[in-house]
Amino acid sequence: MEIQSPQFKQKARKAIADEQLQRAMGKAKIGFVGKRKKAVDALPEFDDLRSSARAIKDHTLEHLDLYLEAYERKVIASGGRVHWAETAEDARQAVLDICRAAGARTVTKGKSMITEEIALNDFLEKEGVRPVETDLGEYIIQLRGEHPSHIIGPALHLNKEQVEEDFRRVHTELPSGRDLSQPESLLGEARQILRPQYFQADVGITGANFLVAETGTSIIVTNEGNGDLTQTLPRVHIVVASIEKVVPTLEDASQILRVLARSATGQDMSVYTTLSTGPRRPDDPDGPDEYHVILLDNGRSSMLGTEFHEMLRCIRCGACMNHCPVYHAVGGHAYGWVYPGPMGSVLTPSLVGVDKAGHLPNASTFCGRCESVCPMQIPLPRMMRNWREREFERGLNPAAQRFGLGFWAFFARRPGLYRLATSMAIPTLSGLAGRRRWFRSLPFAGGWTRHRDLPAPESRTFMQQWRDRETLKQGGTSA
Amino acid sequence: MSTREAILGKLRAAASVSTDDAARREAVEKRLAKTPRGLIPARGQVDGEERVALFCRMAEAVTATVERVKKSDDVPKAVTHYLRSKNLAPSVRMGDDRRLKRMDWASQKSLEVKLGRADPADEVGVSHAFAAVAETGTVALPSGKDNPTTVNFVPDHHIIVIDAKDIAGDLETVISRLRRKYGRGDMPRLLNLITGPSRSGDIEQTMLLGAHGPRALHLIVVDE
Repeated sequence: MEIQSPQFKQKARKAIADEQLQRAMGKAKIGFVGKRKKAVDALPEFDDLRSSARAIKDHTLEHLDLYLEAYERKVIASGGRVHWAETAEDARQAVLDICRAAGARTVTKGKSMITEEIALNDFLEKEGVRPVETDLGEYIIQLRGEHPSHIIGPALHLNKEQVEEDFRRVHTELPSGRDLSQPESLLGEARQILRPQYFQADVGITGANFLVAETGTSIIVTNEGNGDLTQTLPRVHIVVASIEKVVPTLEDASQILRVLARSATGQDMSVYTTLSTGPRRPDDPDGPDEYHVILLDNGRSSMLGTEFHEMLRCIRCGACMNHCPVYHAVGGHAYGWVYPGPMGSVLTPSLVGVDKAGHLPNASTFCGRCESVCPMQIPLPRMMRNWREREFERGLNPAAQRFGLGFWAFFARRPGLYRLATSMAIPTLSGLAGRRRWFRSLPFAGGWTRHRDLPAPESRTFMQQWRDRETLKQGGTSA
Repeated sequence: MSTREAILGKLRAAASVSTDDAARREAVEKRLAKTPRGLIPARGQVDGEERVALFCRMAEAVTATVERVKKSDDVPKAVTHYLRSKNLAPSVRMGDDRRLKRMDWASQKSLEVKLGRADPADEVGVSHAFAAVAETGTVALPSGKDNPTTVNFVPDHHIIVIDAKDIAGDLETVISRLRRKYGRGDMPRLLNLITGPSRSGDIEQTMLLGAHGPRALHLIVVDE
């Protein structure tokens, strides 16, 4: 997928003016937050489980090379194959090679963000292999030629009328007079259309929520059952997973599962948690003949040991975007690449470079809700600040902003001068505001006053007021 | 240098800054051998009837339907009753499970029992659970000829028989039982942990049942 993150500002402006999107986002921001809170409140141990889940990932990341080797040994022992991929291109090629060897024309896909990251669908299509998304949300956006706007709700930006329109446009074999006014009928139609696809597909591709080193198992966590049909019915199952998905043991996976679904959808457990280990066994009446795992790095090894190391704990639950006021306002597409919201603002510059990720680390009010709900306790605001610093160091932010920051820094480093300047500026501004106590417009502050009034400062600076207070405390008189 | 070595090399370079390799290897081997349990929530830590009741309550909370029968011989009748109540044709699909086979299906006249993997024509699948988890109302089904995976996903209705004695408080206990059955470090090809019937919230966040898997999940708990 082409990186459009540098256009964040333009895209955000467009998103705010988009009525359909605003209607969809209005529903989104209420649903997720309330459901999560209810599930979390019902489990007194939730916060301790977060700490436990975090400790598991910290331990794993410290020993990542060893756990990956252990995992690989077990996959091979259970009859599967492991393909290492350093880049997105390596991963795409590995998938294609397996499809070619299997003589595949159609592949079904379970929901997977990692295959979005490597832009697998476009590539397969170009190479003559037809990818069919089977998750309802993914199916809808595939029909629209769009990308997911949310990591667990790909079609979150759409209203049901838009889905109806797409279904009528594409499913022309169905009677035109059918009733599609309710979400139930849309779901039923997608089920009916996709059912035969599972049986026809030669290869099924899924992602993974966890890889278990102890047993060589990959785990997917879903609600629809499409991932299971995808990996059970075709002859070949391909798992595409990034290297930080590994956990040591089944107990460790169980521990993190307790925080995953609650943080994501507010469920105690998702409907289907499926643990896959190797291909069909001699006795098995069903299941794939081949089981492949593509282990993708794509920039993650370069995050290890840096200030962005902790981002590798992320389990892709989506809680950070569900609670983000910026995400609520602009939706996921404005972020311009695969991962939106706070986790995207940190991850995108790490994976594609801060020079290409443009404004993303600035798409935050630093309100801190993302960190407070993150099940893996990832310090997202701190890392966005780290990116802003790197952006400034490398001269990537706009000239006006750099000049402004430089101007402020000049005074901030000279406290005497700073106090003198503010002691002159504050009373002047205060005086200018008059009795109204706010500004409707002010030179150089148009970015603020175009949308809201600017409160006028008090007539004395903070430093002056503080000095008065201290003098009073010591029994002196006010100056 | 292979891609594998390149990636592992980078990971080693980033990790070995602080600790030496022997200590790291030992830490990994120890964890894989000991498989320590983490924090187990109090919710599921109840015994006997209380645990069975918790399982039923949690399963119903995720819109599974639950019925309890006294002995395994009551199961075929319960299945027939379920089919009638839903106006379904008297035909079920199931695997080779010995516990299911021991039941007197012939007592249910006109009920067709098809054996083996499920096909698209099957409306109802019947499985026998390996275990269940009271904490979350989850049922555990390993793959194999006893309970083929397709039976869990292809039919519209999925009926799962669960022996009350197999209901554990937490998932960790089920994992320990799996290890005893399949061996340490080994797993069945597939383990399905199922918590309620299939659903999707992808259209306007409205949770709807019956996305791609079964539209209905019926659990029969056998008390004996």
